[in-house]
Amino acid sequence: MIKALDAAGEGKANAYLKRLMWPLIVLAALLIVNIVVTGFGFIVPEVHDGRLGGAFVNILRRSAPLLLISLGMTLVIATKGIDLSVGAVYAIGAAVACQFLLDRDQSSMQNVAVAVALALAIAAVIGAWNGTMVAYFGVQPIVATLIFMIAGRGIAQLITGGQIPNVADSSPFVEIGRGAVATVPVPIIIGVAVFAALVLLTRTTALGMLLESVGGNPEASRLAGIRSKGITVLTYLIAGICAGLAGIMGAANLGSADANNGGLWIELDAILAVVIGGTALLGGRFFLLGTTIGVAIIGTLEVTIINVGLSSQWQFTDKAIVVFIVALLQSPEFRAWILKPFRSRGAGQAPTEPDSEKALAK
Amino acid sequence: MSSATLTERPTRSTLFDGLSRYIPIGATVALLVAMYLGGVANYRNFDNPQLIADLFIGNAGLLIVAVGMTFVILSGGIDLSVGSVMAFSTMACAWLTVEAGLPASVVVPSVLAFGLLSGAFTGAIIHYFDVQPFIATLAGLFLYRGLTLQISDHDMSIREIDFFSWGMQRVEFGSPRDGGFSLPYISFIAFGVVILAFVVLHYTRFGRSVYAVGGSEQSALLMGLPVARTKVGVYAISGFCAALGGVVAAFYTKSANPLAGVGLELDAIAAVVVGGTLLTGGAGFVLGTVAGVMVMGLLSTIIAFQGNLSSWWARIVVGVLLLAFILLQRVLARSGERRKG
Repeated sequence: MIKALDAAGEGKANAYLKRLMWPLIVLAALLIVNIVVTGFGFIVPEVHDGRLGGAFVNILRRSAPLLLISLGMTLVIATKGIDLSVGAVYAIGAAVACQFLLDRDQSSMQNVAVAVALALAIAAVIGAWNGTMVAYFGVQPIVATLIFMIAGRGIAQLITGGQIPNVADSSPFVEIGRGAVATVPVPIIIGVAVFAALVLLTRTTALGMLLESVGGNPEASRLAGIRSKGITVLTYLIAGICAGLAGIMGAANLGSADANNGGLWIELDAILAVVIGGTALLGGRFFLLGTTIGVAIIGTLEVTIINVGLSSQWQFTDKAIVVFIVALLQSPEFRAWILKPFRSRGAGQAPTEPDSEKALAK
Repeated sequence: MSSATLTERPTRSTLFDGLSRYIPIGATVALLVAMYLGGVANYRNFDNPQLIADLFIGNAGLLIVAVGMTFVILSGGIDLSVGSVMAFSTMACAWLTVEAGLPASVVVPSVLAFGLLSGAFTGAIIHYFDVQPFIATLAGLFLYRGLTLQISDHDMSIREIDFFSWGMQRVEFGSPRDGGFSLPYISFIAFGVVILAFVVLHYTRFGRSVYAVGGSEQSALLMGLPVARTKVGVYAISGFCAALGGVVAAFYTKSANPLAGVGLELDAIAAVVVGGTLLTGGAGFVLGTVAGVMVMGLLSTIIAFQGNLSSWWARIVVGVLLLAFILLQRVLARSGERRKG
């Protein structure tokens, strides 16, 4: 609670800047490495066949599904929760949309719209179910969402009958993943739109503040008259819809839905992106822009590994290193331990206050 | 400062008192019996004793890993890295014996020691730096999968190493013709781990501390229990069990696959929960985990016997079982709170 008061005292913009500084530095460093290795063309967008291309734009386009999931995850984590089921919901969303289109006229705009709506509705139901388990049955988030993490891919395979349904390249459905409007790739547009919608929803209405208060202290929020249960359900619902939309986008990009491998481990990447972006897993304050930068870092990291000539197997190892460093940096105990030699004895008397300041900075 | 955990703990530490703490494990055993009798009634040859024995052959690795996971979950933590550690230790066994040419009698103990140490390291990070178990072991999940892939990105056979033919040699109990069955040595390794875990959890000071830390870490600390040693210890045990599971997998498959054990951590967690252990820690039995692994094994067996059901039904049924057990635990916990309050 002291942390929150400190931050409020410092002024909102300043606290934001401090939080975003580290992720931005990391992203800039990664970009510089890439520019040094592959030349300046890495960052410059170019127009190919009427749409934007270039290495960095492609990274953003490919990261769009992860961005959607991470944004939903940010809200869930802000309420002190976690959603492990998003990878499975991704697979279910992809499976529902593709399976619906499989036996129907794929070039019909109406069918595509129904397929997308159906997939989003099912994803929303799963999200609402997760939220209900957490808010009304009092099951811990990690357990409640574990159920769908385990069963979800089975359900996705049930929907597709164990096959991988394909959607023809001529269908408007694939435009969701590959198309471009005014040269900007559709996934990027959807990603930006969802980001803008969530920022508007949480920052211009009271919802964001209520979210932070529920995450900061659920009991105190309840006593203050906040209907924390409804808000909790809403965040899981949003996370479910985001995951379903990400699944549709991924399926549209591939033109098929793989129930087994679609979105595999994306929940872990999303949690990683949220944590890199400065949102603490303990709930409370959340940073949608930070999450976006976190997603860009993860996407750029994967490309950087290839560009600097390491084998693609390195991507697991370096993610481990990133998780490790971020987790340690966020730990007040670790910072106190590592800073001990640099601190004079007199200053060591009151370590808690400066530490919580640093917690905000990182 | 109270420990920062991802999951909310119930406010009361003893949620299951008296007989009601045997309800979840009783439900698991009843389920197991019902599944078995249903199988016997519906399918031919389901009553063959070898069928039960087979549960402990294919699932020997999972059983060992799940026993390690039981320790971690009882202490209120979670270990996501077990599947990757298992694949890594199988791969390390294969690479060190085949490529590096070291004798298996050196390789296997050092792989096990490595598992123990890496688990202890994770536990130390979790305890001393107050990193959430979820995140710390997530790093392990990525790290060991990455290292495994870096050693080899394709299958590696260890068929020519004599040592690894030991594990699947069978001990016969009666002749198969008149109701006998046979078990390979890897099943006995698994049984040994279960017995050892049972003794440690229920008859040693360390075991009591595991339950106490899982019930309420702060109370355990105030009672003067060695919280640090216990928390580091459970992750070390889990790391060791995962490495041993990897060695058993090397015996079982006689090859190392870099993508082996993907999602195994989920199976292990599911087996522990279906076995009646509270995911928040503090209550549960290691024998329940054995029952949980048997339920999951029997489920795949029934699906195989049925023939026209696909394997993904197993996942869905496991999900439903998880849901049922979690809700059962909630109901019991609520009624426990009501009795006290």
